[in-house]
Amino acid sequence: MSFVKLTTSALALAAVSATAAIARDQIQIAGSSTVLPYASIVAEAFGENFDFPTPIVESGGSSAGLKRFCEGVGENTIDIANASRQIKENELKACAKAGVSDIIEVRIGYDGIVFASDITGNGFEFTPTDWFLALSDQILVEGQMVANPNSNWAQVNAAFADQPIQAFVPGTKHGTREVFEDKVILEGCEATGAFDVLLASASGDTDKAKKNSAEKACIALRTDGKSVDIDGDYTETLARIESNKDGIGVFGLAFYENNTDKLQVATMSGVMPSTESISTGEYPVSRPLYFYMKKAHIGVIPGLKNFAEFFVADEIAGEDGPLAEYGLVADPELEATQTAVSDEFVVGSGS
Amino acid sequence: MTDAIQKTEKKKSSLLQLDARTRTRNAAETRFKAYGMIAIAFGLLMLSILVFNIVTRGAGAYQQTFVALEVELLAGKLDEKGDRNLDDIKKVSTFGYTPLLSNALEAKVAELEIETDLKAKKMVGILSKSAAAQVRDYALNNPNQIGETVGFEFLASSRVDGYLKGRVSRDSIGNDKNISPAQLDLADALKAEGSLAKRFNMSFITGSDASDARPEAAGMGTSMIGSFFMMLVVLVLALPIGVAASIYLEEFAPKNWITDIIEVNISNLAAVPSIVFGILGLAVFINYMYLPNSAPLVGGLVLTLMTLPTIIISTRASLKAVPPSIRDAALGVGASKMQSVFHHVLPLAAPGILTGTIIGLAQALGETAPLLLIGMVGFIASNPPDSIATGLLSPNSAMPAQIYEWAKRADPAFYERAWGGIIILLVFLVTMNTVAVILRRRFERRW
Repeated sequence: MSFVKLTTSALALAAVSATAAIARDQIQIAGSSTVLPYASIVAEAFGENFDFPTPIVESGGSSAGLKRFCEGVGENTIDIANASRQIKENELKACAKAGVSDIIEVRIGYDGIVFASDITGNGFEFTPTDWFLALSDQILVEGQMVANPNSNWAQVNAAFADQPIQAFVPGTKHGTREVFEDKVILEGCEATGAFDVLLASASGDTDKAKKNSAEKACIALRTDGKSVDIDGDYTETLARIESNKDGIGVFGLAFYENNTDKLQVATMSGVMPSTESISTGEYPVSRPLYFYMKKAHIGVIPGLKNFAEFFVADEIAGEDGPLAEYGLVADPELEATQTAVSDEFVVGSGS
Repeated sequence: MTDAIQKTEKKKSSLLQLDARTRTRNAAETRFKAYGMIAIAFGLLMLSILVFNIVTRGAGAYQQTFVALEVELLAGKLDEKGDRNLDDIKKVSTFGYTPLLSNALEAKVAELEIETDLKAKKMVGILSKSAAAQVRDYALNNPNQIGETVGFEFLASSRVDGYLKGRVSRDSIGNDKNISPAQLDLADALKAEGSLAKRFNMSFITGSDASDARPEAAGMGTSMIGSFFMMLVVLVLALPIGVAASIYLEEFAPKNWITDIIEVNISNLAAVPSIVFGILGLAVFINYMYLPNSAPLVGGLVLTLMTLPTIIISTRASLKAVPPSIRDAALGVGASKMQSVFHHVLPLAAPGILTGTIIGLAQALGETAPLLLIGMVGFIASNPPDSIATGLLSPNSAMPAQIYEWAKRADPAFYERAWGGIIILLVFLVTMNTVAVILRRRFERRW
């Protein structure tokens, strides 16, 4: 039966070519969806300017990316993990356990987190206190922690417009959520004095445990529908705001800058978010972006080191480079990063 | 038993005159027909709204704004040594080509006597970021042209393109740092003069994915090839396996509890959500068998698993539809069981099998969920494969995954492309389903 022959030969062909092409010549990157646009811009430029194929960049989130990164060393594992936060101690341990010991950490720049609402609606000038009072599960009223009674921004701050509270914040799987909790909610918790009250009543054996449980209580957000977790991307947050004009969403600076016709941005503690105000540190809500690279893959995967050096080169990650143009805040200490990359400086070797 | 015959007074009735009961029955029928028509009208309305939305939103992706420019390939910048050594020319990165573009634009502005306050560096903002790469590619392929002035057609940046398409207006760019009114003025002046114009954009259909910085350069082509290779794997694997399995089950297998269990399980598998096959694919093909990540081969294998039950069920149905008299006649003239199946039953069932296969393929073509887990979503479809082996094994995306990826990206220009991609995908699906219908109409035999 020629049909059967055809099939078997096609299968055999596929099997043979599978073993032949296992030697991978393409850099594989996965991780944070915040870093994805920057990584893909660099990957594209890398493919254009070098004789290596364009690296592929998958998204999926910082934690998922680092988990895959730590699966082991070899051509069937990824070379680079993008992360919108620093690698954690337990992730380093998991990596070491799987044989991924020499990891090169590269900080590519900073990302600002902005608060934006519909362009036709009211403008806002927030402080962390406002966000704590609006979104926290419990707030301090006359010395007592009570369930959050605020349902309107005017109740939070008399200066605000009479607008119902409706916030769209990143879901817990996003790295952005952590920054929002640490730099906004926790900050507001401390400023209103709620933190001290929680600390006094916190349970725990040591001071550190008490502090941890107080912080945990601080960042608990209300669950009555005034604060909605968005597990999808910023496009989903934007769609929610377009359908609910009272909504205020948490976005990355680059996303806002691409959608200025639909969104207006709020100031935080009196500072307008921009690449300049973030790089000077005036705008408070920002975080560093990283990528992690396996030293063992340098020389095995063609072009890996060239890619890392290209990523942090002045013409790419510098102040006038395409990344800054897209919304990345250039790292003032880029030079140190460049040296670290070219020296293949690994995490934990004492910096 | 009583033999009392109930004397009912027989009512006189006529077929010409409707009595009350018939009238209510007729009314019920009319009502039912009306409900049916309303349901169909509702369905058609929804379909037309869907098609209208897709076409109006996606049509923009098929048109793109281009800028015609004369670029002088300065020998001093591109090849300082002047010996046209390709390795030396390659050392000049795309960043080195940007000044050539600004020079070209400045020359154009001076030639046309356009008044603008823009600095040359800002003028380049109306061009796509792909322009420098375009010139560099040309210079590398034609090193003898360095030093000459060459005419190019560049893509305009996504904001300028949106301005010509009406997506971007002067009011909406108030806070936009990527474009300024002066740049739009320049675009207007170039448009009036004819060097900036909107026209059909073939590279949307044939091109590769582009990064977030240049949505105007993104195309579906490479992911279409990815889908093609996946469908090839599905066809090569699912058709023979599915047909062999169903012939055995239908014609040869003994009827016992084992075959009953297999039968029930095949029907259950057809209803398993596709994401489950994705997880299976990740665990088995990538983590256990070490097949390359993001490869169309793996995608095809996963989709094969998903399509197999569909093909088996439809093949068994069409085998069942062949009347037993055919088998009996074949056996009667001395054919073996196998001969009767392969010479008589299978050819008669072929149209049904093909229809089932095409519908299964169409279903697999539009599937996204399993591809999410085997790494086919992201910035992946950037290198068109150059051989069958790389087509199967080097990372690629697929059409639905590419559409999903575009819909997630920040620049609204990608959103337009996502709708444009949906049009291509729908054209494929409609074509495949039409082929299936035609095959059935032409070759199907009724008994």
